Amino acid sequence: MKQSDFLKIVTPFQDKLFRMAKRLLVSREEAEDATQEILLKLWSKSKAISSYNNVEAFAMTMTKNFCLDRLKSRQAGNLKLVHSNYRENNTSLQKQVEAIDSVNWVQRIMEELPEQQKMVLQLRDIEEYDYEEISEMLEMKPTAVRVALSRARKTVREKLMEKHSYGIG
Amino acid sequence: MELDRIEHLLKNYLEAKTSVADEKILKAYFSQDDIAPHLEAYRPMFRYFAVSKKEQYTKGVSLGKKKNASKQMYSWLSVAAIALLMVGAYFGKNYHEQQQLEKQKAEYAYQETKKALDLLAENFSRGTEKVAYLNEFVEAKEKIYNKN
Repeated sequence: MKQSDFLKIVTPFQDKLFRMAKRLLVSREEAEDATQEILLKLWSKSKAISSYNNVEAFAMTMTKNFCLDRLKSRQAGNLKLVHSNYRENNTSLQKQVEAIDSVNWVQRIMEELPEQQKMVLQLRDIEEYDYEEISEMLEMKPTAVRVALSRARKTVREKLMEKHSYGIG
Repeated sequence: MELDRIEHLLKNYLEAKTSVADEKILKAYFSQDDIAPHLEAYRPMFRYFAVSKKEQYTKGVSLGKKKNASKQMYSWLSVAAIALLMVGAYFGKNYHEQQQLEKQKAEYAYQETKKALDLLAENFSRGTEKVAYLNEFVEAKEKIYNKN
């Protein structure tokens, strides 16, 4: 397989892989590195690629495993990322800024979710995959996917409701 | 009527019972500005989903570069090693040959000197024989002197 053929296959979903990696690893640089690494791994398997019936799902599973490994080794190496240095954007009280802020809340709320719920929510509500595809990608049973998704959505809604009723601090 | 539908969909959405198409309807509803006040809290959620879908992988794909870099390095390394080996063999052989030549020269010089010295020694011994005659002459002369 030529590089150009490979890129043709990969290009439609490489952003999705990147977003998934970023969802799990949070930092943009790390997510970029991870994506690069995953594409390289995929390229090294390019001979077998035609035998996979769903390359995209396969790549997504690779991304998931790769990022979870990264997270594990990061914890083992005591290199936990701390997000407490996040700067609040309270200077402007314009409604526009408020809207952006509340969108950022969602991101932070999602960061606090357990990894599995994070991934399910990412794949479903952002990437809009079917339940079957998600269960294939995450190597989970479809019912488990639905349960995790429902929990994730409810958590996000609850936390948003809290913020919404208290208003912006 | 529209609102009823949205509320119903939202309920199902939280239970993860909606289809992708249903969720698209929800996303469309929350992307507009006219939202029922009691549903306002959901807005950031769906906005965020829409926004974060736009994020792109901008780093560009460099395929194989990494992998091939090490491979290329190895191939160049072997080329360098072979070149070094050949240069070494060439100069080593030269050196060896030079040493051999020097040895031969030295041996030749040694033989020549030996020959020359032999020649000298032979002539010397011939000289002493002649001197022996002279001694004879001296003795005879002494005898004559003593008689007188």
